[in-house]
Amino acid sequence: MGETSIAIKGKKRSSFKDKVKSIIPGGGNLDLCLTCGACASGCPASGLENMDPRKFLRMCAMGLDEEVTTTPWVWMCTMCQRCIYVCPMQIDIPQLVYNARAAWPRDARPKGIRDSCDMAMRNDSGSAMGTAPDDFVFVVEDVLAEYQEAQPEFKDMVAPIDKPGAHFFLNQNSREPNTEPDELVPLWKILHLAGVDWTYGSRGWAAENYCMFLADDDCWKHVIKVSAEQADQLGCKVFLNTE
Amino acid sequence: MKVNSEWNRERKIKFTIQDPCQIVRKSYGDAVAEDLRFVVRSVVGAENVIEMTPNKSNNYCCGGGGGFLQSGFTQGRHDYGRLKFEQIIATGADYCIAGCHNCHAQIHDLAHHHGAAYNTVHIWTLICLSLGILGPNERAYLGDDLKDVDVFHPETSLY
Repeated sequence: MGETSIAIKGKKRSSFKDKVKSIIPGGGNLDLCLTCGACASGCPASGLENMDPRKFLRMCAMGLDEEVTTTPWVWMCTMCQRCIYVCPMQIDIPQLVYNARAAWPRDARPKGIRDSCDMAMRNDSGSAMGTAPDDFVFVVEDVLAEYQEAQPEFKDMVAPIDKPGAHFFLNQNSREPNTEPDELVPLWKILHLAGVDWTYGSRGWAAENYCMFLADDDCWKHVIKVSAEQADQLGCKVFLNTE
Repeated sequence: MKVNSEWNRERKIKFTIQDPCQIVRKSYGDAVAEDLRFVVRSVVGAENVIEMTPNKSNNYCCGGGGGFLQSGFTQGRHDYGRLKFEQIIATGADYCIAGCHNCHAQIHDLAHHHGAAYNTVHIWTLICLSLGILGPNERAYLGDDLKDVDVFHPETSLY
């Protein structure tokens, strides 16, 4: 053993990593990296923006706060969690990425994601496309009536909205009601033939939550809360997320 | 109601399965991946399923999640998706089944970007096809090989 271990002098710079550590339940094992590289070797985002998950974590550990909270790479990591899955120390790199996103000024975050979040905040649908509850109800009722008539075997098929006490509260990606309404129908048919007791909600029907991707905690909490409250108010037992 | 794969016995159209990170690795694990396979095999025939490697909880993300589709980083998203694209191509499958909207959009776009011939399809479409209840206007994501198979109420076609 040497007489002294290496002592790093100067002011401790790492505040970002420690801050994230204090937020994540259990701390995310952020100090346990063995530098093995299993994360980076199986990450599709490795190499983009000259970054990879191992490098990102090492930079966080070294206190390069400015660099890790400004690299656009955090918007190219999908937080898919494969890095945690293969990590021998179960290090929560995706939470570092999420919080690095949150460190960006809101108006500097990618416009497309921000706009989708802002759309969701416009009304109680929570839709990234801004579709109002009345418009959703209209499309569902219109498409249902059309298919009940065109395919008489399904004249008793239902697509309930706000049905009290339904077992399943089903949400719906905005893409179908907005751009391809015929794609709503196959799932309705399956639920009908299986005798499933389900309902959409007029509030909180939209499945996507771009506020979460934007790392805007207040907004994403609002979006999911509207959905959850609607399911609870209707007395539904199971929240069924289609996405 | 009982699905079957009779429609694909002679056609032998091949399918591969995308395991959505959100449903499999991040939520219900390999158990739900097995459930998905039970359904897919029942609907298209076990001999017509070609797996990607790695898969299930160890799958590669396709690059459709995390807001990537709306982020404006299109070049980065296509680069990210190259791994998934090569996996799909390696299977030689005619269709990739994607049980998540983000996966569906990304994998569909990867085919378009690379000029590949595979189609990207929702599982609900295949369940209804196998039950003989899929109408002519519910086939937006089926290729020409399946556009005319067992069409329910063909007289209602808008095309």
